[in-house]
Amino acid sequence: MILRRLGRLLLVGVPLAFLAIFFAYPVVAIVLRGLRPAGQWDLGVVGEVLGEPALRRVVWFTAWQAAVSTLLTVVVAMPAAWCFARLEFRGKRLLWAGLIVPFVLPTVVVGAAFLGLVGPRSPLGVDLRGTVWAILLAHVFFNYAVVVRTVGGLWMHLDPHLEEAARVLGAGWWQSFRRVTWPLLRPAVAAAASIVFLFTFTSFGVVLILGGPRYRTLEVEIYTQTARLLNLDTAAVLALVQLVAVVAVLFVYARYQERRSVSQLLRPATETARPLAGWRDRALLGANLAVIAVLLVAPLAVLVGRSLSTPGGWGLDAYRALDTSRRGSVLFVAPLEAVRNSLLFAGAATLIALVVGTMAAFAIAGRDPARTARWIDTLLMIPLGTSAVTVGFGFLIALDRPPLDLRDSLVLLPIAHALVAVPFVIRLLVPTLRSIDPRLREAAAVLGARPARVWREVDLPLVGRALLAAAGFAFAVSLGEFGATVFLARSQWPTLPIAIYRFLGQPGPLNFAQAAALSTILMGLTVAVMLAIERVRVGRIGEF
Amino acid sequence: MNPVSSPRAAADRVRVIAALVVLVALMSAACGSSGSGDDTSAPATGAGRGGSVRLLTHDSFSVSDAVLAGFEQRTGIKVEVVRGGDAVEVVNQAILAKRNPQGDVLFGIDNNLLTRAFDEGLFEPYESPALAGVDPSYVLDPQHRVTPIDVGDVCVNYDRSRLRADGLPVPDTLEDLADPRYRGMLVVENPATSSPGLAFLLGTRARFGEGWLDYWRALKDNGVTVADGWEQAYYSDFSGGSGEGDRPLVVSYASSPAAEVPDPSISVEDAPTGFVPATCYRQIEFAGILAGAANPDAARQLIDFLLSVPFQEDVPMRMFVYPVNTEAALPETFTKFAALATDPLELPPAEVAANRDRWIEEWTKLFSE
Repeated sequence: MILRRLGRLLLVGVPLAFLAIFFAYPVVAIVLRGLRPAGQWDLGVVGEVLGEPALRRVVWFTAWQAAVSTLLTVVVAMPAAWCFARLEFRGKRLLWAGLIVPFVLPTVVVGAAFLGLVGPRSPLGVDLRGTVWAILLAHVFFNYAVVVRTVGGLWMHLDPHLEEAARVLGAGWWQSFRRVTWPLLRPAVAAAASIVFLFTFTSFGVVLILGGPRYRTLEVEIYTQTARLLNLDTAAVLALVQLVAVVAVLFVYARYQERRSVSQLLRPATETARPLAGWRDRALLGANLAVIAVLLVAPLAVLVGRSLSTPGGWGLDAYRALDTSRRGSVLFVAPLEAVRNSLLFAGAATLIALVVGTMAAFAIAGRDPARTARWIDTLLMIPLGTSAVTVGFGFLIALDRPPLDLRDSLVLLPIAHALVAVPFVIRLLVPTLRSIDPRLREAAAVLGARPARVWREVDLPLVGRALLAAAGFAFAVSLGEFGATVFLARSQWPTLPIAIYRFLGQPGPLNFAQAAALSTILMGLTVAVMLAIERVRVGRIGEF
Repeated sequence: MNPVSSPRAAADRVRVIAALVVLVALMSAACGSSGSGDDTSAPATGAGRGGSVRLLTHDSFSVSDAVLAGFEQRTGIKVEVVRGGDAVEVVNQAILAKRNPQGDVLFGIDNNLLTRAFDEGLFEPYESPALAGVDPSYVLDPQHRVTPIDVGDVCVNYDRSRLRADGLPVPDTLEDLADPRYRGMLVVENPATSSPGLAFLLGTRARFGEGWLDYWRALKDNGVTVADGWEQAYYSDFSGGSGEGDRPLVVSYASSPAAEVPDPSISVEDAPTGFVPATCYRQIEFAGILAGAANPDAARQLIDFLLSVPFQEDVPMRMFVYPVNTEAALPETFTKFAALATDPLELPPAEVAANRDRWIEEWTKLFSE
């Protein structure tokens, strides 16, 4: 009994301690530096900032573009989630792995690719530069995978017979979806939507590159006030505004989740998908593949194209030059070294995120009082809704003395990445955990299995798929170096995104091509890793 | 739902565990080799008599390995280069962390940022003997808290062939950019998020004084495009050289045209891009020893090295800026295709420090309308 309680305490304690040390403490430190400049509270700035009409515009824009981006992403991605869940088609695995590529590319490269597509020299003949449409489109591009993989991942395991039964009983296609499938999917849709909302609410690179000076989110404003102008007081107020908004959204979400979760018997994915049958399937699949081609493949193809273009036509010059250009300069990063560093950091970040996130997910989905679960859930999601520059500068001033002098430490990077990745792990695991029929656990317990064994034999196989999906996201988050914009620790261990930035930072005919070439390598690496993760089988998960 | 694991599943589990073990081993090896997590203020061992020195700088800093190795061999000091974001971000980080500096020397602070850093007491004075070979007009701080290292100009670049095809002359002045003939042709960087963008804004202020915002209004009416940073402006919006955009005029550097020359033997008139001297705003980059540096002695030697001829001659092709040491010889592409403006736009650092934020705010307001 005591052991069990201790175990439960650990489940809650480890994630919360992780959050307290590496997130709350630095953020509080930087906010206090802004609001208590000389050890004295100076709250005059709060009224000043909040009374600023320009700020109200920024908050309003931040909120509505996030809402619209989220809605658009869900609407565009849901049919694709169905295709991946219910249909068998050639190249499905590769596409499933490839979906996540946009996630890992540095925004500056994607911004350039997007501008190639909907910018001044658009092959489509539309110039969306500096419009809201460019921002929304890019947000859908970046977050499409979140919805498809989160929702599709659960949909694969829903029993198709339920819907078929409804159809037999005379319900139309729409009615059976709405009455049977939708309630079962809702938790996963809400989970994906909440992540997309937080991502777009704190959108930085996309807005900066595609929005121009007219469209600014809170995140851009916080970055400007912190990193560029060093107005820590204004930045602190803005960070608090962002925090309040994010917590409010998360809280609504958490309450919704509780009321809606349904337990069900999950089926193996292999049983639920079927080969294409009839023109309807083909039309649906075709339409979704077309969306993927235009939305995801086209901008990426622009990049690949740029990596192959040379002053004298097509060729591999950029790739050849990767290993030689700037050799003999301290700026130079050997591509292989960058690949190694990227994989190392991403592997470490994934490991941390999986351990912390899994513990938290079990604590949340477990039989704690609902209110506690809601709080833990909300708390651990907050890093996703906090500006990277706030966290980064917080690290700089808070983790600067032994025993926590981590500013130049290698562990800081994977930790920072894990902070962003943990919410993914939680979001993917909790709906699955909640939908496990408790009777399975009870049956196992009645048959004499200890809790640990119940967990291993019942829970783990069932959440395995979700765990792998979470690992994929965690890996991708880290590969793409989300928001670790202000760490000096990066420079001895340059990752692929860093190497890409270094090429972009200088003029010259080959530099952009080389940045594009490295981006192409990063894409290839991502797909390879995702395919490898898909192949991992933990226990009997492969069949599930 | 068979609770007994198959042998294959067991083998798989072993494989996963093995992979994790390898990963953890790799991580600990990585952490161990870099000495991270240890007390970083401990003196480095095995670096000879000079110890080690840490150089904080921006992401465009570059030096030839051979040049740096020469310094390390001569002095026995090991140099660790640590890069942050751009100059503004690096200086601001150093100000925030001044209680506990992350390095010994900061390189890359420019004239626009000096006053703030001095007010914060970021640097300790050091007068390098190597300053003897430096043009005194670059020495902005009589107390020598910072030492000039290189100089460059932020100027409008033009796409020669595009202007020729449109039958337009190369613009001569800032006023020309607001001329309807060049409507929709200019791209600038956002001064709130970009160093060259801020330099160009300061240039307009230096040229037009109080009327600078009116000039920007005229630019806006003339269809100027604003990019968030130099990369986007140069690669996505600019049509010249390696740019892929449709705008023939961009705010970049006086030295950028030299980087676009495919082959130094061509004539200057055939270079793909050029710059407009009357639009140039002068940027001098300085290095300073951070107050509270762990190794001030090595830091002084590093400053001397940054002014020495080998480093100064390395500067143009590595960072596309000009040396301040009059004895450093320039590479051919620089003497032929690039030049420092003879009469650049300039503002006193104190005036910049006092008004910079307000100007950025006013500019942002104008462009949010």
